[in-house]
Amino acid sequence: MSVIGAYARALAVRTGFAQPVASVRHIHLAEAPLVLVPLRMAGEANAPLAAMAGTDELSGTLLVVPQPRDRDLRFAFAGLLGDLLLGYVERCAAAGSEPVKPPRTPRQPAGRPLPDSLLSGSPSSSPGGAGGAAVAAGPEGTAGAADGDLRADEDALAAAEATGPERFLDAPQVLVPNRAGVEFARLFGRSTRFRSTLGEYAVPAGVPLLGRWLTFLAQRAEHPGSSALVAMTEALTLHWATGQSALEDANLAALMAWIDPPDGLSGPEAARLAEDPRTWPPAGPTTDPQFDNRVLAPAIAAYDEAIALLREQAGLAGAPDPLLADPDVIDSRFRAADLGAARVWPGAPDAPVQSWLRARDEVERAVRGQIEPTWRLMWRAVRRLRELPDAASVPRRWEQDRTRFTSYYAYLRDEDGGLPQARRDGAVAAARRLAVLERELAAYEADQAFDDPLVLANQRVTGDAFVGTVVAAERDRRIANERGTLVTRPLVEVVTVDPVRLPIGTKVCSPARVGQTGVIMSLEPAADGLLVSLELSGGMGRAKVPPPGSVPDMDEVISYTSVLPDGAFSAALPAPEDTPWTHGGPPTPYEPTDGDAEETWA
Amino acid sequence: MRHEGKTEARLSRIRGSEPPRRHNARTIAALTSNPGCARRAVLDAAGVDKERLAERVGFPAAFGQSRFAIVRGNAFERQVKADGCAELLRLLRDLLALDLRDAAYTDLGADGSGEGLDARHVAARERLTRAPGGEDGEGNPGGEGNPDGALFDHPLLRLEVAGQAVYLEPDLVAFQHGGAFHVVEIKSFPVIDGQADAEKVAAAAVQSAVYVLALRRLLGRDDAVSHEVVLVCPKDFSNVPVAVRLDVRRQLIVLEHQLARLTRIDTLLDALPDDLALDLGQDGAGTPVMAVDALTAALGRVTARYAPGCLSTCELAFFCRREASGRTAALGIGVREELGGVETVAEALGLAHGTATPDDDQAESAAMLRTTARVYAEALGAMPETPAGGAAG
Amino acid sequence: MLTVRPGPRDSPAALAARVTDAILADLRSRRHRGVVVDSPPGAGKSTLVVRAATEFALADEPLMIVAQTNEQVDDLVERLAADLADKAPEARVGRLGRAGYVPPPRIDGLPNVAVGSDLRTLGDPHLVVATAAKWAYVKDRAWRWAIVDEAYQMRSDALLAIARLFEQALFVGDPGQLDPFSTVDNDRWRGLTWDPMQSAVAVLLRSNPDLPVHRLPVSWRLPRSAERVVADAFYPFTGFQTGNGPGDRLLTFTGTSRPGAAGPGTARARPGGSGGTLGRAPAGAVDDVLDMAAATGWGLLELPARHTLRTDAEAVRAVADVARRLVARGAVARSLDRGGEEHPVTASRIAIGTAHRDQAAAVRAALGDDLPGVVVDTANRLQGREYDVTVVLHPLSGRRDATAFHLEAGRLCVLASRHRQACVVVARAGIRDLLDTHPSGEPVHLHEPVRFPDGWAANQTVLAHLERHAVRL
Repeated sequence: MSVIGAYARALAVRTGFAQPVASVRHIHLAEAPLVLVPLRMAGEANAPLAAMAGTDELSGTLLVVPQPRDRDLRFAFAGLLGDLLLGYVERCAAAGSEPVKPPRTPRQPAGRPLPDSLLSGSPSSSPGGAGGAAVAAGPEGTAGAADGDLRADEDALAAAEATGPERFLDAPQVLVPNRAGVEFARLFGRSTRFRSTLGEYAVPAGVPLLGRWLTFLAQRAEHPGSSALVAMTEALTLHWATGQSALEDANLAALMAWIDPPDGLSGPEAARLAEDPRTWPPAGPTTDPQFDNRVLAPAIAAYDEAIALLREQAGLAGAPDPLLADPDVIDSRFRAADLGAARVWPGAPDAPVQSWLRARDEVERAVRGQIEPTWRLMWRAVRRLRELPDAASVPRRWEQDRTRFTSYYAYLRDEDGGLPQARRDGAVAAARRLAVLERELAAYEADQAFDDPLVLANQRVTGDAFVGTVVAAERDRRIANERGTLVTRPLVEVVTVDPVRLPIGTKVCSPARVGQTGVIMSLEPAADGLLVSLELSGGMGRAKVPPPGSVPDMDEVISYTSVLPDGAFSAALPAPEDTPWTHGGPPTPYEPTDGDAEETWA
Repeated sequence: MRHEGKTEARLSRIRGSEPPRRHNARTIAALTSNPGCARRAVLDAAGVDKERLAERVGFPAAFGQSRFAIVRGNAFERQVKADGCAELLRLLRDLLALDLRDAAYTDLGADGSGEGLDARHVAARERLTRAPGGEDGEGNPGGEGNPDGALFDHPLLRLEVAGQAVYLEPDLVAFQHGGAFHVVEIKSFPVIDGQADAEKVAAAAVQSAVYVLALRRLLGRDDAVSHEVVLVCPKDFSNVPVAVRLDVRRQLIVLEHQLARLTRIDTLLDALPDDLALDLGQDGAGTPVMAVDALTAALGRVTARYAPGCLSTCELAFFCRREASGRTAALGIGVREELGGVETVAEALGLAHGTATPDDDQAESAAMLRTTARVYAEALGAMPETPAGGAAG
Repeated sequence: MLTVRPGPRDSPAALAARVTDAILADLRSRRHRGVVVDSPPGAGKSTLVVRAATEFALADEPLMIVAQTNEQVDDLVERLAADLADKAPEARVGRLGRAGYVPPPRIDGLPNVAVGSDLRTLGDPHLVVATAAKWAYVKDRAWRWAIVDEAYQMRSDALLAIARLFEQALFVGDPGQLDPFSTVDNDRWRGLTWDPMQSAVAVLLRSNPDLPVHRLPVSWRLPRSAERVVADAFYPFTGFQTGNGPGDRLLTFTGTSRPGAAGPGTARARPGGSGGTLGRAPAGAVDDVLDMAAATGWGLLELPARHTLRTDAEAVRAVADVARRLVARGAVARSLDRGGEEHPVTASRIAIGTAHRDQAAAVRAALGDDLPGVVVDTANRLQGREYDVTVVLHPLSGRRDATAFHLEAGRLCVLASRHRQACVVVARAGIRDLLDTHPSGEPVHLHEPVRFPDGWAANQTVLAHLERHAVRL
């Protein structure tokens, strides 16, 4: 918890409404993001119960597994969800691509993270069609397999060097209600990506690809600053502070109650209502136990009975079972009841068909009642977030998401690619990923403070940044550097009342002049605060006298922060096959087995 | 000095006409989750039904278990224990690299003969203490000698908690081999690619530690029971069980410390009014002995230490949260710290806005809060800075 | 708590020599790819590194040495240069630094030291010393042997980046000190034997469980008064003994004693005041706690219970006052285990330790111009250092709640084991209660070895000990 966040929470308690902790939106928000609200069955290992998904509030698709313990139904559900997600992925890929700019000079002042643009990929020559491809089962363990996004990037990097690199103009953005929704995506990806569309345990076509893309998204979600898969509660708390605890903020309805309460209610009043599962069903993926016990369990039991009876009577009547080929997942786009009993189960007696359809509708109705409030809430939250302007560095970070998307998309189509992501990181992959995450985190934190005075405010309170007024500026000061050459090093003096806690010699940077670095030369008490003297370098062009505006002017109000991303790149790690003895040696090479596809699913 | 009879009488007065709710492994484990809460300590010691109390005072707990989860949990446990724990033995053999072909299985559970807890405990103790020598001749198939280990299901254990004997009837399997016992804990959350929900594992670890402790006390020797328990869970997305060793030494240290501290319940009781009662009972006519107002008032006299974490562990949390509203701690202990440790939101804002005068203790916090308020207001008012010309793009 | 202590009290020197011989024998045998040496505080870790390095030099065997910080590298280079000048005059030490590295005076210009940022410019010395970060950039060269110093402070991903450079290695470090950390909060690698967030030694030993692990048995730094508590709290399964006996380490005051005629900074102190004063800590109590520390090796100056900001002004002033009075009273350190060697405890022989940087800054500010040369730093930066007397602001002082950071065993261990004569801890009352009421519910990760000692338990042990040496305000 940051100090500004804590203070804003206190203010929220007093006012009864959430208070801003950001003045710009630090995440990318697509024009039409894919909102996904998943539900799972309690007690089971991430067994899907339902999902509502779509890029438009008015046309969300509801998928329901009427008996979540049935393996075939789960995979049929995964197939349908896969079609939805893959369709979205293909639309993003089909939106065109742009040439990747040649890499800028790696040594940009203040170490702004640039060279990631090197990690681009070439899009497939023919977007579309991947959804139907047969995919073989993937590797066991950590050896050899694609390390998800990271490995794919390296492959893509090689490809990019060979050909002219391109980057997709769009990338998928999936919004889920909360952190547990991200975890659902990760686990559902894990349970589907190793499946095979061939052989004894064949699953529907889209399933293994769904697994790969969900895994890709869940891995992106670990990257600081990525907007590929976003938990709505986290997106909101990045921008608003409520008058409740972070733990309570994890409830999307209670959080939105503080941010956007219904007319006539204060935040705390609305939040208390929102916490009552009878008023506001939980945002999932776990459902309310009372709902499970009182509504869902009886509905599923009735469905089971109805379908058992139907199967028996249809069998007696000699009618084939259409659900063997096409398992009975409820898909709101196709209402079985509307089709008429005779067409749903040709040849079956009408009465049991009708009672099956009623039982089916009952399950759907029950689940819809639990999922739709969250669905609407998600879109309300999207609208609320959209009111904020993009932070300055959002396009650059989104470009990173697009780059990764491009390269992973290419990787899946590469003839040597397309393997599912490993179960766990090998030693080298783990170290490599950690280095990337650490670098991105430092860059993201620095970006946020640069883009947003409300975030910078935290650093001002802790003394790591300051805002003040320029009271003296020596713009054309020139001194000799180590090699004896004269260089322009302007001096400015800033008076601040902020509690600066920076030692002499600290490097600082101002959001107003990102290419310029200041070094603190002295700190002295002044009549009205503290006088900070800074020596500036960079961002002034090559002229002997810096052009106007390139150096802070007298009376300019300027902010400086010492929290800068370290531009350092970590040293090269060995190739996985060269993993040293200290870390267990090279991982055993991958031997294909059918085990992955067989893995029993409850 | 502890006066057991006096304390017992006092606790029983607080509980009133209702039978006591005794500790179980879960409540003992909960001792470690908020050991600073006097309210919880007193209510648990007195055996007051916190769930019903919360309901009576109008703040019912939001707990509840889904039928689906219960069914799955029971089915998994049944599966692991089927055929005299055949599956479990296979797992233990692999995990501990032992030859267990002839391991014996003994169910010490209630046999429906209506034996009292005491009698069952005595029987369990007898069997368990005799186990290492293996002189069992009472008709148990694998009883003779048990050279390859023995499994004991449902042993009834006993633990002294704040001077009270608490019986623990775990779904516990104690596995004995080479003179040492391992506690086996069966849980139905999955282990996926070697990882499991860390909160659930933590809960299982504390609960197992309670059993380890009770088993150690029963056997009278610490080294008779391993600090490594065996956790059995479903593997990945399947029903296939997998066994993992779990080191519970840390949990044991904390547990033993908190159990030792519980004797200080007298100090807590001494600080309470003598007539304090939280009687949830009814009189002959079905009228509650205590009205809601009286219960609420009585509850308010026992100090709670509310933190948001209570919401997921304590039945009374909603009541305490309401009571704590306006306190900085209710926003999270991290928030309280960032607000300079100031007790209430009103006070913190008063200091921040200069409308309250800091006392000596608060001078530093006040200065920090004033800076925070000033900087926040400035930043809210500031337009995002526009880059001046000449800056590198 | 289970404690295995060394058997009947051997001569410490004999005990230590036996272990060192065993370590060197393991190295010479070349039977093991790695040899791990655990060292409690001040157990002669650097001496061992220098001795082993010298043996390599004498055998004309090239060696790479890895340390974690530039300061550690410079320390090692200094000691190696001195030792080699004696025993192997023709051997050269290479100090590999980043571009623009300027060697400190203590190694600059030493005849047997070559400094450079590129291996090729060093002239192929027998020994090359650099930080792990620098080694990661070295290419096209490999060594038969490496010594990795402070290996418990090294993250395993850093070892992964350099392991290709050597075939076999000696890993030396103190398992009781602070673990390496990451800014990234991610559980994805938990339980893997090669978890990059774990220390280099943790990963090494999990991947190679058969490697020999030796323990240096004798702390030459710590006084006997610290043996029991430091061993119980931080080395519960291995223990150690001190190289000195009861009464061997003396701390005496030669200057004007007792309050009133005080040195700089105590002039305004009011003697004998009890609790609640907002000004400086009463000089009487400060002197009392110093007397306690002189007599027993430990002192706890306990301020009245209060919840404070980290930079608790009163506690910070008390810390500064203790350090000032120590010097003002003319403290003298005498070590009978060093043949009665004695010297005044000057500012440079004192360290002040805190948990946070802002606390250190506050103490420096409170000292003003007093005690030039005194080291005021965080536990992180005091690792591996040694002083006569340390003054410690207890990490839990004034806190309402304990976080994992403040409870970390390594932090307290560093702070409580830097001294040769005595350690004075300044704390608000109430830590006992804070520990007792600390909610314990840390997540537990499967297949992840439990980190011992447990910070909470170690804090309890140390506090129970300190309470017996308390002077209360």
